[in-house]
Amino acid sequence: MSYSISVALTGSGGAGAMTAGQILLDSAAQAGFYGLMTRSMGPQIRGGEAAALVRISSVPISSLDDHYDLLVPFDWGNINRFSAELPLSSSSLILADPEQGDVPPSIAGYGARVAALPLKALAGAIPGGRANMVGLGAVATLIGLPIASVIAVLTKQLARKGEEVLAASTACLEAGAQAAAGLPSVTKLPSQPHGEALRWNISGNEAAGLGALRGGIKFVAAYPITPATEVLEWLAPALEKTGGALVQAEDELASINMVIGGSFAGLPSLTATSGPGLSLMTESIGLAVASETPLVVIDVMRGGPSTGIPTKSEQSDLNIAVYGLHGDAPHVVVAPNSATDCLFATQWSVHLAEALQTPAIVLSDQAMGQSRVVIDKPAENGFVAQRLVPEADAPGYQRYALTNSGVSPMAIPGMAGNNYVADGLEHNERGTPSSQASDHLAQLDKRAGKLDAFDYGEHWADIEGDGEIAVITWGSVTGPVREAIGRARAKGIKAKMISLRLILPTRPAQMQEALKGVKKVLVVEQSHSQQFHKFLRGHYDLPGDVLVVSRPGPLPIRPAEIETRLAAWK
Amino acid sequence: MTIQSPLTVQDFKSDVKPIWCPGCGDHAVLLAVTKALVELNTPREQIAFISGIGCSSRIPAYTNVYGFHGVHGRALAIAAGVKLARPDLTVLVAGGDGDGLSIGGNHFMHACRRNVDMTYVIMDNEVYGMTKGQASPTTAPDWCNSKLTPHGTGVSPVEPVRLALAAGANFIARGFAGNPNDVARLIVEGVHHPGFSFIQVLSPCVTYRPEQREWKQSVHAGQDQPPQLVAEAMHRLASDDGFTTGVLFAGNRPAFMPERKVTASFADIEKKFAS
Ligand SMILES: Cc1ncc(C[n+]2csc(CCOP(=O)(O)OP(=O)(O)O)c2C)c(N)n1
Ligand code: SF4
Ligand SMILES: [Mg+2]
Repeated sequence: MSYSISVALTGSGGAGAMTAGQILLDSAAQAGFYGLMTRSMGPQIRGGEAAALVRISSVPISSLDDHYDLLVPFDWGNINRFSAELPLSSSSLILADPEQGDVPPSIAGYGARVAALPLKALAGAIPGGRANMVGLGAVATLIGLPIASVIAVLTKQLARKGEEVLAASTACLEAGAQAAAGLPSVTKLPSQPHGEALRWNISGNEAAGLGALRGGIKFVAAYPITPATEVLEWLAPALEKTGGALVQAEDELASINMVIGGSFAGLPSLTATSGPGLSLMTESIGLAVASETPLVVIDVMRGGPSTGIPTKSEQSDLNIAVYGLHGDAPHVVVAPNSATDCLFATQWSVHLAEALQTPAIVLSDQAMGQSRVVIDKPAENGFVAQRLVPEADAPGYQRYALTNSGVSPMAIPGMAGNNYVADGLEHNERGTPSSQASDHLAQLDKRAGKLDAFDYGEHWADIEGDGEIAVITWGSVTGPVREAIGRARAKGIKAKMISLRLILPTRPAQMQEALKGVKKVLVVEQSHSQQFHKFLRGHYDLPGDVLVVSRPGPLPIRPAEIETRLAAWK
Repeated sequence: MTIQSPLTVQDFKSDVKPIWCPGCGDHAVLLAVTKALVELNTPREQIAFISGIGCSSRIPAYTNVYGFHGVHGRALAIAAGVKLARPDLTVLVAGGDGDGLSIGGNHFMHACRRNVDMTYVIMDNEVYGMTKGQASPTTAPDWCNSKLTPHGTGVSPVEPVRLALAAGANFIARGFAGNPNDVARLIVEGVHHPGFSFIQVLSPCVTYRPEQREWKQSVHAGQDQPPQLVAEAMHRLASDDGFTTGVLFAGNRPAFMPERKVTASFADIEKKFAS
């Protein structure tokens, strides 16, 4: 028995690997477990090989495991493209359909156990039967997930397709379950301890969309790009139903400027994109800084540079998010550290952007954006858009007045007597263009000061555990770090995790406090050039020995790599 | 009941002194805009005046309404955002031929076809004034007075009104800065016309294109009844010399505006995530 089980379902387009994966995850939720599913897809637009990578657990998780306990290939198709993403151990089990031929060397090389399961033949014996459902029945039985939960999910999902389809699928599940009785065993899930608790099944991209909605976003303009499109696809109908609007712009230059216009006109506004789109937006994000126009840009990072690897994850947009704007352009950068946190981080960013009248970039990534998680229903966090506005006809109203907080009341078109012209040219307090040194300095101080003086509370980082070793990390890599630290602790190695959520503005005093007593620092990130490590070096004092685990995508960083480093350091 | 005295041209001018050269056509466009605002009789706070970068794009700061002086080429995108977010506002956009047709050319095409209800004035001087006299997309191919293109561009200029028609603008007009009353009337008509209204205003750059002072000899009024059919407008524009003023097309496509109706609560929307 283990607290979690990992299953990889693979196959060519049409084999139903993704469908089986989705149902497996839903069934786990139904049975009261937690879970996580990532997908790996080939470059084909439709069809093509796909892998559903599912981890089911009795505790909340935000990381893949080191290897898969069970691999079910519905066919061997182009498995070579995935094999590096399908690590198996000697105790793993491959359920191979003899009809599909021998186990290819790239998979056989892992040395896992192989058992024959005639998926196709079993499905063929059932009218309307499908091999993926037979496989699902076998998987559920092998890992100890009640078949009743799977049937409950299918009954809900296939309700519209009629009795016959449901009967065929159920028969397949049962055939798979029966066949599993004769198969070698794999580790089983614990009998589920969480009763009827309400679980949510949500992707990181959907969570980001929901965070935007909860935060008060009313206007979105955007241009489609992988892997950010799902944020927009989720938001379009959600906004429409709640009195907001989403427009598809002609490009990212338009989307960022439409968002500036929407925000200037008074609506909390947002756009979502990925690296190439963020590059196009940078000039205008600078305009939002200078004109103090609140807005949120979600960047779901993918492999770069250029078009890079659109469907796979990497943490390599940190530099452009932090340093990409020309001039001295202080702004907010927030990084969610799990699919679940995409909700909080986005909602918080809406709040920060509006409170501070600044652009906020949310640095999500493909790994969390496109993974689905089964979690407890997220609590309300109360962060909403609140913009400081002047009274109507405020005497001597000055849009960019110097104030103690650095935030000045922002008039909204429609407010009588407060009309002003927002400007990306340097300006005086009134907003009139000015190239005077004194105005430039005063406005630079104002724009930097308002971000610095703000109280970000405890949300600037997730800090867990204690010890003389600190692991500093960020974004989706936090999942494996958290898990590695947990495992190390069980072996008597104490380490503290500092997962930075607020990338900009930096919080040196808080970091110093968090690093008290720390003698060794391990930095973990997913970029080729150590962008995060260099960022930390530039802004924070790192004590004692510093080691870096940094490598590019698309392969995920796994807990064992980090655990090994920690153990070696003891 | 309070009786508001009607606003005057002075009420729509700000106290910021224009940076424009004496004699620049843009002074007259500013006058025309303020006259149009008087005529429109819309409360000042209900007007949003958006621009990009260039000599001409400085215009919002010289008026006394809400405004946004953005970055080079993106005025139409900001304006679309303003109008889509706040359909109750009257949205004016202005800028140069470089701003709107070169760096912002893609937005121009899409603003025409998207047909959001707003009025866009290109102050066309066939040159980049702000950067001190380079060729723009409307400059003749043999104009050799720029150090960047000493032999001329050798490239055909675009004809803004034809481009607008082809891309689907719903109202197209041309004016001349030398006749500010006519320009004011075109702006008023453009604002009243639903959808995207485009007005090319020939606005001489006396510093880098002094020969444009002669434009006043070339402009001539077009026919009184503007065509309502694209085919007819195209036919007329095919033989246009670039100096015909007046309304050149008044179409009847409905303006684009997403509908807003609250039909669900957040709780309804979140239900989908519950397993
Ligand atoms: C991205 C960017 N590129 C270049 C410039 C420099 N620039 C400022 S205004 C301008 C051209 C202005 O020409 P036009 O739009 O015709 O306006 P005019 O000055 O003639 O009224 C250029 C190239 C800039 N501000 N931003
Ligand atoms: S340079 Fe030309 S366009 Fe610019 S202000 Fe002077 S005359 Fe007008
Ligand atoms: Mg020009």
